[in-house]
Amino acid sequence: MITQEEVAYIAKLARIELKQEELEKYRIDLNKILGYIEILKTVDTTGVEPLAQVTGLENIFRSDEAEEQGIADDILQNISETSGRFIRVKKVL
Amino acid sequence: MATIKELRQGLDSKRFSSAELTKYYLDRIKKFNKDLNAFITLTEDLALEQARAADKRIAAGSQEMLTGIPYAAKDLFCTRGVRTTAASKILENFVPPYDSTVVARLRAAGAVLVGKTNLDQFAHGSSTETSYYGPVHNPWDLERNPGGSSGGSAAAVSAGLVPFALATETGGSIRQPASLCGISGWKPTYGRVSRYGVIAMSSSMDTMGTVARSAEDLAITAEAISGFDPKDGTSGKLPVKAWSKNLTRSMKGLRIGVPQEYFVPGIEKDVKEKVSMAIEEIRKLGPKIIEVSLPMTSYGSMVYAIVTPSEISSNLSRYDSIRFGHTTDKANDLYELYAKSRAEGFGDEAKRRIMTGAYALSAGYRDAYYTKAQKVRRLLVNEFHEMFKKVDILLCPSTPNVALKIGKAADDPLFGYIADQLNIPASLAGLAAMGVPCGLGKPDDGAAVSLPIGMQILGPQWGEELVFQVGYAYQQITDWHKQKPVGF
Repeated sequence: MITQEEVAYIAKLARIELKQEELEKYRIDLNKILGYIEILKTVDTTGVEPLAQVTGLENIFRSDEAEEQGIADDILQNISETSGRFIRVKKVL
Repeated sequence: MATIKELRQGLDSKRFSSAELTKYYLDRIKKFNKDLNAFITLTEDLALEQARAADKRIAAGSQEMLTGIPYAAKDLFCTRGVRTTAASKILENFVPPYDSTVVARLRAAGAVLVGKTNLDQFAHGSSTETSYYGPVHNPWDLERNPGGSSGGSAAAVSAGLVPFALATETGGSIRQPASLCGISGWKPTYGRVSRYGVIAMSSSMDTMGTVARSAEDLAITAEAISGFDPKDGTSGKLPVKAWSKNLTRSMKGLRIGVPQEYFVPGIEKDVKEKVSMAIEEIRKLGPKIIEVSLPMTSYGSMVYAIVTPSEISSNLSRYDSIRFGHTTDKANDLYELYAKSRAEGFGDEAKRRIMTGAYALSAGYRDAYYTKAQKVRRLLVNEFHEMFKKVDILLCPSTPNVALKIGKAADDPLFGYIADQLNIPASLAGLAAMGVPCGLGKPDDGAAVSLPIGMQILGPQWGEELVFQVGYAYQQITDWHKQKPVGF
């Protein structure tokens, strides 16, 4: 069972601020979800390789070259705080 | 309510222009959207501009199948210069500087974008009730939800507000709402259609497809949007065929499997009966119908309940509120900027899935949850591969129930996983699939309503051709796909 402390820790990892009453709400929700998937433990997966994707493709490479799209101004319009053509962020340290 | 094929004939024979057709649909949207809430954004000016360009193209004789045909896009597809919200608050004011590949292909084909449709927030949900812009109402009964997450697209096509719409499916989000709204829906083979520019949910399963009024219309739209895209490394290089010109195929000799596990305990009586009747209709066409068993599919929604949130928690970490998206005005430092912006910008379901995923991937739990789910996923996928050596196609119900009342999804963290339990296994395996309407019925509670019921046609990976042919064959001998909701 997940505790409120664990919910608070996960929320911190996920960068989502939770109010005190939300800790309890998500504790209940997450425990419900973990209860739902409990049955997977009964499936015998001895010697089974995990499957991450189904395409059968591996290591698709392409050259990493910038193309001029002419959309720099459009990109900047979505940014909350700019300074000229720079993005302003909060103090990191 | 006209099909794409009929509209094509009307445009080519100059019975009406694309501008007239576009105005007709825009008028219908304005008239009915207040009841349905199927659209988040209307693109009237753009649509009329695209329609006029299409009319010039038709006059010059250089039209393609979709030139001048109006359509709507689920508001998860980036559209250059047109706000794209993912039905979230965090992207309320996001205007993409580029088109998703699918939208770019439709633009090049001359299709006319009339608007962006409502969805479950970030496509997380199965009822379109988690949208920041309010729930979508099912045209067959406005008190009920249309399914989801592509509920806006499905409701719009069902009510005749557009002839087709773009939709996406990660685990049911096309087949399930198509079924609950009485229309046809195509969930492509994973990799068949480019994911580039579509807001990501679960990258190993996300597919971009369409909802429309018939299997034939789906094949037409599929030809327009499928194919390799250098911008999506997981898109496949298999050729896109002229599916819509190759729909007629004898069902004789075909091996059709009916997986017993899909008739789950609790499946509604009318759903079971109508899907069984549909299979009997197809039997008359001469295929061999075989009862089969896919025991691993019973674990599909549990695998999905781990894998999907894990991929979501990774994909949604990009919403840092700096490069795009809602920014809090209450932050004192960088951590608070992230944590407060995301707390304010994400809805409840997104937060729940992000945290579920973060937990499943966190140190000490990864093997027990994420890796375990991936192992079971392999067993499930192997089971489908073995099955498609014995049968050519699978038929089964799309949903265990008809459309539910709005409000049923609220506050149940398991709602989506259970609602989509019959769709999720094929998504985990990346199969080609389609949903077709196969009857009308009542819910088990006896409510005096007549609601659509859907059947799924599941094919192997890259099996689009056969999936479209089986759907087409069924729609030649039945007219459930021609039914429409009263009042629209």
